[in-house]
Parts: sequence; structure tokens; C-alpha cells
Amino acid sequence: MSILGTRVQRVEDPLFLTRGAVYTDDLVDERLAGALHLTLVRSPVAHARITSIDVSAAREAPGVVAVVTGAEIGLEPVVLQGGAPKETARPFLATDKVRFVGEPVVAVLTEELYQGQDAADLVEIDYDPLPAVVDPEEALKGEVLLFEDLGTNVVGGFGLDKEFDEHLFDDCEVVVTQKLVNQRVAAAPLETRAAAAVWGDDGRVTLWASTQNAQSARDAVAGWLGVERDVVHLITPDVGGGFGAKIGADPEFALVAQLARITGRAVRWSETRSENMTGMLQGRAQIQTITIGGNRNGDVLAYRLDVLADAGAYPRLGMFLPYFTRQMAPGVYDIPKVESRARTVVTTTTSIGAYRGAGRPEATAAIERAMDLFAAEIGMDPAEVRKRNVIAPDKFPFTTKGGATYDSGEYAKAIDKALEAADYAGLRAEQARRRERGDTVALGIGVSAYVEITGGGAFAENASIEVHPDGTVTVLTGTSPHGQGHATAWAMLASEHLGVPVEKITVKHGDTDLIPRGAGTMGSRSLQTGGVAVYQAAGELVELAKQRAAEVLEASVEDLEVAEGAVNVRGTTTSITLAALAEKEPLKVQTKFDSGAPTFPFGAHVAVVEVDLETGRAVVDRIVTVDDAGPVLNPLLADGQRHGGIAQGIAQALLEEVRYDDEGNPITATFADYAFPSAAELPSFTLVDMATPTPLNPLGVKGIGEAGTIGATPAVQSAVIDALSHLGIRHIDMPLAPLRVWEAIQAAKGDA
Amino acid sequence: MKVAITVNGQETTADVEPRLLLVHYLRDVLGLKATNIGCDTTSCGACTVLLDGESVKSCTVLAAQADGSSVTTLEGLSSGPDDLHPVAAAFRAEHGLQCGFCTPGMVMAAVGLLSENPKPTEREVRDGLEGNLCRCTGYHNIVRAVIAASGQDPDEVTGTSLRPGVERSPAGGVAAAPGFSTGGAE
Repeated sequence: MSILGTRVQRVEDPLFLTRGAVYTDDLVDERLAGALHLTLVRSPVAHARITSIDVSAAREAPGVVAVVTGAEIGLEPVVLQGGAPKETARPFLATDKVRFVGEPVVAVLTEELYQGQDAADLVEIDYDPLPAVVDPEEALKGEVLLFEDLGTNVVGGFGLDKEFDEHLFDDCEVVVTQKLVNQRVAAAPLETRAAAAVWGDDGRVTLWASTQNAQSARDAVAGWLGVERDVVHLITPDVGGGFGAKIGADPEFALVAQLARITGRAVRWSETRSENMTGMLQGRAQIQTITIGGNRNGDVLAYRLDVLADAGAYPRLGMFLPYFTRQMAPGVYDIPKVESRARTVVTTTTSIGAYRGAGRPEATAAIERAMDLFAAEIGMDPAEVRKRNVIAPDKFPFTTKGGATYDSGEYAKAIDKALEAADYAGLRAEQARRRERGDTVALGIGVSAYVEITGGGAFAENASIEVHPDGTVTVLTGTSPHGQGHATAWAMLASEHLGVPVEKITVKHGDTDLIPRGAGTMGSRSLQTGGVAVYQAAGELVELAKQRAAEVLEASVEDLEVAEGAVNVRGTTTSITLAALAEKEPLKVQTKFDSGAPTFPFGAHVAVVEVDLETGRAVVDRIVTVDDAGPVLNPLLADGQRHGGIAQGIAQALLEEVRYDDEGNPITATFADYAFPSAAELPSFTLVDMATPTPLNPLGVKGIGEAGTIGATPAVQSAVIDALSHLGIRHIDMPLAPLRVWEAIQAAKGDA
Repeated sequence: MKVAITVNGQETTADVEPRLLLVHYLRDVLGLKATNIGCDTTSCGACTVLLDGESVKSCTVLAAQADGSSVTTLEGLSSGPDDLHPVAAAFRAEHGLQCGFCTPGMVMAAVGLLSENPKPTEREVRDGLEGNLCRCTGYHNIVRAVIAASGQDPDEVTGTSLRPGVERSPAGGVAAAPGFSTGGAE
């Protein structure tokens, strides 16, 4: 029986549940014995010139080994994102100007952890404040410039080479336009950023860091340090969540390595949550203007998406993400005319990067709001409008007006399954009954349909697999888990071919000396690239083992099969174990799988919310989701990915927002202020299965990591607005927190 | 100052700064690294341990305050990886952990919760774990794990997940928040 598709419990868990996982700050390594603790003095102001830095008192404080300023760090400022203007280079420690609250200015190194904050408090920095610019629309005006030499706050864009078509909506009976805010949110992995570094006598640096992709982090850090990439040995211990914000390296990683070089000591750094909430990349942060047009029969004919993306102070990956937003603009719909553009501006805020979905949730949120608004305008059921306009299943592969080629999909079926499982008709009837009797608790039903890109960045991945003489197996992968369960899932893929139990298979990742090539885990890419590579490697190992065994067993290769860790001659009892073959000579293969293209998972969500009309409080009562990412390798893991994604989607819709005041002060910079959801604010989730394979890899699998978030956010937003539709409310921006909903209700009552 | 704290059944003593937090005593003085630090405002619960049998956030207790007390951390809960404590075993069986960072605190909080309320409802589990944050699981499987550890069937108590072949969703979701009637159609 195949192990694929079965519910295998995680092999990681027994240690995680007894000793605990080993995160960067947990490392007990002799090379880190006596390591110095790094404490960073960060800017408390959003935008200012630095007029003086006095570290003399800090240098005298107990336990202080070094206090290092930007003038002394010995690293040149770097442009952190390919394609960003050279003027936007970020110093590792600010010298003349700061551009966001949380920008590192001075590094303090102490023998003991607590001494670091004591000494940091003695650093005196004078700031000459400049006006902050928090709102991207204000930034666009260019009245306050972050980078004077650049002469503008616009740092990038897509689709700006031609004007919008003024005739795009000429054929439409109905046209609706709406400005949307897809608010800034914090990735907030439970493990904050951490790194540790030590230089060896061989002139190489060993750098432990909490990252989603060791190899690209190594390349970035080496570049920033001005050394060959072989000089950096980057090791990723267990990683306590990433959600996109730990893709690659942060400048602090290079800072840790450089400070270890300067002091000649090992250095370790683990930021506080308050530092994390200003220092770590944040996500979303788009202002969108959508225009949708069509006929009263429900046909959508044209769609326009205009994106203004906030890059934060120093452009990072967020500068690129509107590319995905534009590519996925039409969503699951076959819309004859689609146009879009995106402009990216810098603001005096934390930099924007990837957050679960990274550019695609923003596209889905926009088109799904557009479909709702169009449906409301023509008075048609929003689920019906969606089904009427989706791409038909016989049209795949389908190249959209956004420029993406969708591999496979059955969108109407996904919507139907979700509607049926939620009892959509019954819910609508209940909604009508409540309205009739004037219930103060309104019922809202939100439907979303989505398609997204997975494996959209790097299409190829490496894997190697080796059987050892003791019968155990080692798998090396270029993907890098931080909760996804690769140690289990990749072992299942190897076990399928070799017949060796998963407990005997060790999956290694995230050590750049051991695994020099790899693209890490992001964009829901791992299974369809790294997993398939492992599956392919195990298959190749079977062929190699058969060839070797054919000689030993004096049999023809065609008569051999591999099962239960041995090569057997079919129909006989003659066999040799893989372990015995490995004893004769190393039994190992290394391979690479390249899908050549991304895949496009899809699904539909139905959210059911209750809104208290007197307080504005919205609660998700149920959410039913169809998330089709092709065949499921391990339902335990796939469901877990969906759950986490759904929770983050609900949280963006109802709760979370990173906020700044007009002076650029973050006002949600702790977990006491940021609306991170607890179990009490969320329901259990109802998952409906559907599996449409992709032709792009031999397992037919797509990515599942981000789907839940992409589908849930618009479904929940839509549900809350739907609950209020009888009051004439058509749109409320996220997060739909009680005050905002209450204000919308009051405004609607005032209008009526 | 000198403190004497029984940790996972072992007597420990050390000379510590009066300001030393219990979590740093466990992690840095004793080298027990399972207990994690996820915030600085007593919000996330990653540092939850049992102090004289009650779950506390060890980032908000001074080592000095724990002097003379008994502390249990995740390391002291199970007898070994092959012999997990029932709550830990339920977390594994129900996939109640992903990255694992919240897990030591979450498991200890669950142990504390079940000692006070051995047969909780879903609502009671959700409210009882409000002080422990998880970013990976959406809490769905954590809630199931706690229900399962209490000897109840999570499918019946939470009643949500559809499996292939099942046409209709059972009425799922949380019992509505205070003041709310339950949603869904009649």
C-alpha cells in the first residue's frame, strides 16, 4: 500500500514535545561559548537627521566589550532589493539620517544579556526631526522626501509605460469603482529574528540564522560583507515560523557577522518582540482602486486595478510584490478586458516584504470585492455572479489577461462544493428571517473564489538521497521548513520508493556547506519543487540499486523490484538489502527537478459571520473552505497549513492592522497593542476536500501554504459587509473591527 | 541573591540578580531551553510553565519569587520522546504543533487548564488558552488536542472537519460569543 496520501504523524514531534525544538537562541554550541550579546539601539523617531551620537557613557558600563556606531562598522550601505534605485541604499547602522522608528543606529556588545539594555540606555543620540510621511498617497506627492538625492518617493512600478484605456468600459451597462485599503499587517512569527556568528581560524564565518532559505541568506550576507560566498557557512536551526518575513537575510545578520569579525568574539543576537514589530518586514500595505464593468445579465466585461504599494522606508521584496498582484488581477474569472498598473512609494515606516500570499492575496481581495460590488449593483446573488464568470474547466491551460497561464482548475465546482457544504440556501433563508424580525444580530454570508500562484519564484529544486550501511537513509533538501513538516513529508516521499519506514529516514536542510544549492521555503513552493525532487531522487536511487543488485544477484534488472528496503528478484526469495548494497559502495544519488513553471491552486470559501448591530462586533461563526492544491501527500500536514492560513485570513479581515500616528510612531508595536488573534477569537474550521492535479510534476501536486489566507480574507470581509447590506452598506475597509463597523452602521442610519 | 527552586523534580540553587526573570533562570542558568520567549508584554504565553502546579508566564515571575517553589517545564512533563505525557501525545496525534515555538508554553497551559477543568467544552478550551498565542495552527488542532487529551472525541465536541464522501457540513464553529445566538441555518 502506498504511503502517499496517508495521515502520517510527524517524526519531528517527539523531540519538539519533550526537549523542545532548537531555535537559534537555544543553540548550545562550543563555538558560541562565551558569545557576546548584541543589543541594538534603534531610532525612536520616524524621520530625522542625526546630529550627534555619544557612546562614551555606554562604553564605561559594566560588561560592555564594544559599542559600535555606523562610522565604525566598516560596511557600506546596501540596496536591499534588486531593481531599487541606488539612492535607497540602507546603512547597517544609521549615520546621518533615520527613516523609520526601529532603524538600528548603535550596536552594543556585552558579556551578559541584561547588561546590554543597561548600556544601550546610556547611548545619547540627538535627532533633528523631519516631517514623517506615513500615508502612501502623501508620499506620492513628494512634498517630504526620504531620499533627497532621488528626488521622488516613487521607487518602482509596473505597467506604467502606457495610459489606462479611456474606452475600457464603453460597452458596459454598469460600472462600479471603489477605493480599497489592503492594510499593513505584521507577519509576527512567534520566534523573533535571531542570529549568531563566529569566525574560524580558516577565515570563514559560521552564521546561524532564523531564515526560510539558508542558501540565499548566505549569498546576501556574503555580498554585504564583501566576501566570497564560500566564506560564509550559514546554518538554519529549527525556525519558529516565518510566513514570508524570514525570506532571505536581514541586514542584522550581516551586522552580527561583522561585529564578530570586529571583536574577534562569537556574537549572538535575539531581538525582543517590540523590536520585531518595527524591525521585521511587514506585509500587504496596498491602496487599490478597482473599477469593474459589465452587463445587467451578470456578465463581467472589463476590470481595472490601480495599485499604490507602500514599500516602507527602504525598498525590500515588497517593491516587487505588486508584480504578482497585477499578474493575478483577474482571479478565477474570464474577463475580456483587464488592465492594471502599480506604483510603489517609500514612506517613513518599516519596510514591506512578503507575508503569507505575498502579492496574491491583494489581487484576490481586490477582484473579490469588485465581484461583490458588481453583484450588489445589478442585484444578483454574489455566488451566482461568480459562477457565471469563472473560467470554464475545458479552457485549461488558460492564459489570462493578467498574463498568467493557469495549469488546471475547476472553479465553478469548487464554489458549488463550498456553497453546498455551508448550506448556502439555508443561510440566506435564515438571514432573511432575521432581517424580517429585526434581529439585532445580523447574519452575513461571504463567498470568495480564488486562484493563486505557487512555486512562482524558483521552479527548480535539488535533492539528494543516500542509503547507509546501517539501513538508515539521509535526504538532503534545498527547501527549508519552519513548521511545515518536511522531515515527515519528504521521508514519506523517499519511503514510497524505498520501502524504508519514515522513522529510519532523516531529512536534512539549511546547512550551506552540506547543501550548497537550494531555494528554500516560500511561496508555497516546497512540495511541488523540493518534494518532487526528493521523490525523483528516490526513484533514481531505486534504479541505481537495481543495477548494482543485478550484478550481485546475477539477475536481469527487469526482474528486480525494490520493496521494504531491499532489492528482490520478482517471484523468488532472492534479495539483497539496500543497506548491504551501501556497504559495498556508497549508495547515493543527487538530482534536480525543474517544473519550468508555477502551478495555480484554487478554491472557494464561505464565511458565516454574526454582526451585533448595536456594537459593531463581528464574529466568524463558521468558515467552510474548499482548497484544491491537487493530490494531498499527508492530510494531517495539508489540513494544518489550511488551518493556519484561514486563521491569518480571518485575522486580517477582522482584527489586525499595523498602525502609525501622523508623526510616524508605531502604535501597535507590542503584542499588547497588535490584534494578534487568540483561540478565543476564532472558530474551528470546516474543510472540504477537492483535488485537481497539475500536469507540471509527476505527483500532480500544487502548493497549499498560502491558500487559506488568500481565500479567507475576502470571504470574511464580504460576509461582514453582507450582514449589513440591508442597511445600504456596500463596502468597509479591513480590518472590520467593531468601531469601524459601528461607524459604518451609524453613517448608514444617518443616510437613511 | 540566592534562590533554591525545584525544577522538574531536581533541586536547583544559584546566586542571581534580583531582577532575573524565571524564564531566564530556566533557560540561561539551568540550560532548559524548551521554554521560549515570544514577547515582552506577557501576551504570548510561550514561556508558560507550571509553578506549584499552576500555569504561569515565566517572563512575568522573578526567579526570586519562585524561591522555594516547584517548577515544571516541558522537559519535565513526559518521561521521554517514546513515552509522551497524554497532553503532549494528543498534541502529536492531532497535529497541534507546527513550528513548535508556542508548543512548550501551550502544552503547559493545556495541562494547567485540564487540571482545573477535566472535561472542557470547545468554548472553555478557547477561552482558557486565550493567553497563549500560536501563529501556525489557527488553534484548530490545538483545541482538538486538548479536547482529545480530556478523553472526549474532538469530532463530536468541535464537529467540523468534513472527510471525502461526506456531503454536508455538520454545524461547526464556536458556540457563539457572549450575547450571540448560534449561526447557521435551521
